[in-house]
Amino acid sequence: METMRQIEKRTRLTRRRFLQTTGVTAIGVGALSTGTVLIDPRGAWAMTLTTLTPETARDLVQMARDLYPHERLAESFYAKAVEPYDAQAAKDPALRDLLANGAKELDRLAAEKGAKSYADIADEAQRVAILKSISGTPFFAKIRGDMITGLYNQPEIWAKFGYEGASAQLGGYLHRGFNDIDWLKA
Amino acid sequence: MVAYNLSDNSVVVVVGSGAGGGTLSNELAQKGIKVVCLEAGKRTEIADFENDEWKMFGKISWLDKRTTSGTWRVAKDFGGLPAWIVKSVGGSTVHWAGASLRLQEHEFKARTHYGAVKDANLLDWPISLAEMKPYYDKAESKMGVTGTHGIPRLPGNNNYKVLAAGAKKLGYKEFHSGNMAINSQPRDGRGACQQIGFCFQGCKSGAKWSTLYTEIPKGEATGKLEVRPSSQALKIEHDAAGKVTGVLYADKDGKQQVQKARAVAVAGNSIESPRLLLNSASSKFPDGLANSSGQVGRNYMRHMTGSVYAIFDKKVHMYRGTTMAGIIKDESRHDPKRGFVGGYEMETLSLGLPFMVAFLDPGAWGRDFTSAIDQYDQMAGMWLVGEDMPRQSNRITLHATEKDQFGLPIPNVNFDDHPNDLAMREHAFKQGSAVYQAVGATRVFRTPPYPSTHNLGTNRMSAKAGDGVVNKHGQTHDIKNLFIADGSQFTSGGSENPTLTIVSLAIRQAEFIAGAMSRKEI
Repeated sequence: METMRQIEKRTRLTRRRFLQTTGVTAIGVGALSTGTVLIDPRGAWAMTLTTLTPETARDLVQMARDLYPHERLAESFYAKAVEPYDAQAAKDPALRDLLANGAKELDRLAAEKGAKSYADIADEAQRVAILKSISGTPFFAKIRGDMITGLYNQPEIWAKFGYEGASAQLGGYLHRGFNDIDWLKA
Repeated sequence: MVAYNLSDNSVVVVVGSGAGGGTLSNELAQKGIKVVCLEAGKRTEIADFENDEWKMFGKISWLDKRTTSGTWRVAKDFGGLPAWIVKSVGGSTVHWAGASLRLQEHEFKARTHYGAVKDANLLDWPISLAEMKPYYDKAESKMGVTGTHGIPRLPGNNNYKVLAAGAKKLGYKEFHSGNMAINSQPRDGRGACQQIGFCFQGCKSGAKWSTLYTEIPKGEATGKLEVRPSSQALKIEHDAAGKVTGVLYADKDGKQQVQKARAVAVAGNSIESPRLLLNSASSKFPDGLANSSGQVGRNYMRHMTGSVYAIFDKKVHMYRGTTMAGIIKDESRHDPKRGFVGGYEMETLSLGLPFMVAFLDPGAWGRDFTSAIDQYDQMAGMWLVGEDMPRQSNRITLHATEKDQFGLPIPNVNFDDHPNDLAMREHAFKQGSAVYQAVGATRVFRTPPYPSTHNLGTNRMSAKAGDGVVNKHGQTHDIKNLFIADGSQFTSGGSENPTLTIVSLAIRQAEFIAGAMSRKEI
């Protein structure tokens, strides 16, 4: 019997991506004429901010991971999910305030636990407890809802979950394993 | 292509181009009747389809503002999106899965067989399975339904194989790859299914029947049918005698036009169709058109639904291949010993990763949730679709204050699950879980209803004018030249996916309209 066609789940690094993911230096925040560049301390991602503060953005990226934690997803995917907020907030003061005040509240709750900010709490369980305590707020609902598409609708992550995305251009699955399951007993 | 004058009052205006409206338009055109089909959505063709769940959702869904109320979970999870239907030429036949099942005899006579169910507004259809049989035959042949008329069934995909293995272990007898309006071999100028998946995003190969590339171009080829896309019907007009005379609509430029008509057939799905009748209220008909019974907008049904997803210790890749080609029919019988009246179908269903995270457990977050998503490729899934109870209070009403882009009240959809719906869902969740556990599922999920895809009953058929909105031909009791041609005609819901019945009724209705026109009755 033929075996099932499996999917390559490892990220294939192109040269360009390799440079993108490793070329950033260890400085935390830099200034550009176009805005602030926030660089993850582990060097995994960077984003340019014009409206959100670096503190807010860091909290949001951490919150995105705490909402939908997947060890198989690099930090850069969570950053990419959060990044569009900056441009949206630039046009929408209500959103800007919602995000800024939401992050401030996260930091206030973090301070109660003796941490500098939400993103600086080392213990995931402590961060999750904070999220639970604010889960009834519009801020929480907004981030949670947006991350469902912001995170999981990135085609780059699909293969990591064994989802192959578009298939019509490959002739569908007619000759590519639509019925190749091999472990069911007759 | 033919283009009729707005003042041409010899045309039949059909509102909507989906399973009901698209089929009726073509059937009338084939009989030489002049038809203007007003479609609110754009003309999106196969070339515009993308194998991308959110992109297609944004491209073809009916996203006009709606509100919800009632105790159903959809109101909580998807308050602004009570229904998941299509605004595009072809209507919801663009995104439907293709399951084409006949209603059963007892389902046409629900009141007789189920008796008086408390807080339900059950009624027998004024039509029987025997009367419907020739039209079901025609519809199945037209649509190329597998497992009928000698058309072979589709091959089962991985998701089906898991379902079938579980069904067998459980002792179920009637399970197969379904009766699907998806070509298992080339037919009617369209090719065979390529097992692409993405049935809900528009079939890229055209193997799945949709009015978009079957009924509509066939009707247009007669030179009798004019389809006007981006034309949203706003109001049906009538004369002093109470006959309808035309339809006010917003054209592609947003300009309001009136297309005169000899007769009007409404097929805008079960939210927009009653809304159009209600928004057409006049001094002569202050409660809306065809509403002397007060039943317009009431008895809204959306099928008892739910899904079971199960995780296995090995790969399934459920998304590969046809989305819904798999069914267990054993529970679709009426057997009140189970604790509810009516029955339900169990049908394979898969969602791509982007939709799965949105629908598996709406609102969920954290590791309990992501640990399930981590096993996405080891999941199998089924949809549970059963008969829900018609209720007077489950209804479409006009919003008291909110207006749409044309200044008309938006619809509110109120729905409370009936105790029978809840008992059936509980049974279906248990049985669905058992199917997967029988073949080694390590974790099962009871997924709550999605926004409604089967919207039914809000202009229902009745023998007596006081019990419903239309007669057995979909002709309104009150106005002879006004018809309903979509699922809002359904007197009761049955346990089957409704499209085949909608198409069959449209074929039957076209015969009736043609006859009535030639007899000068309308």
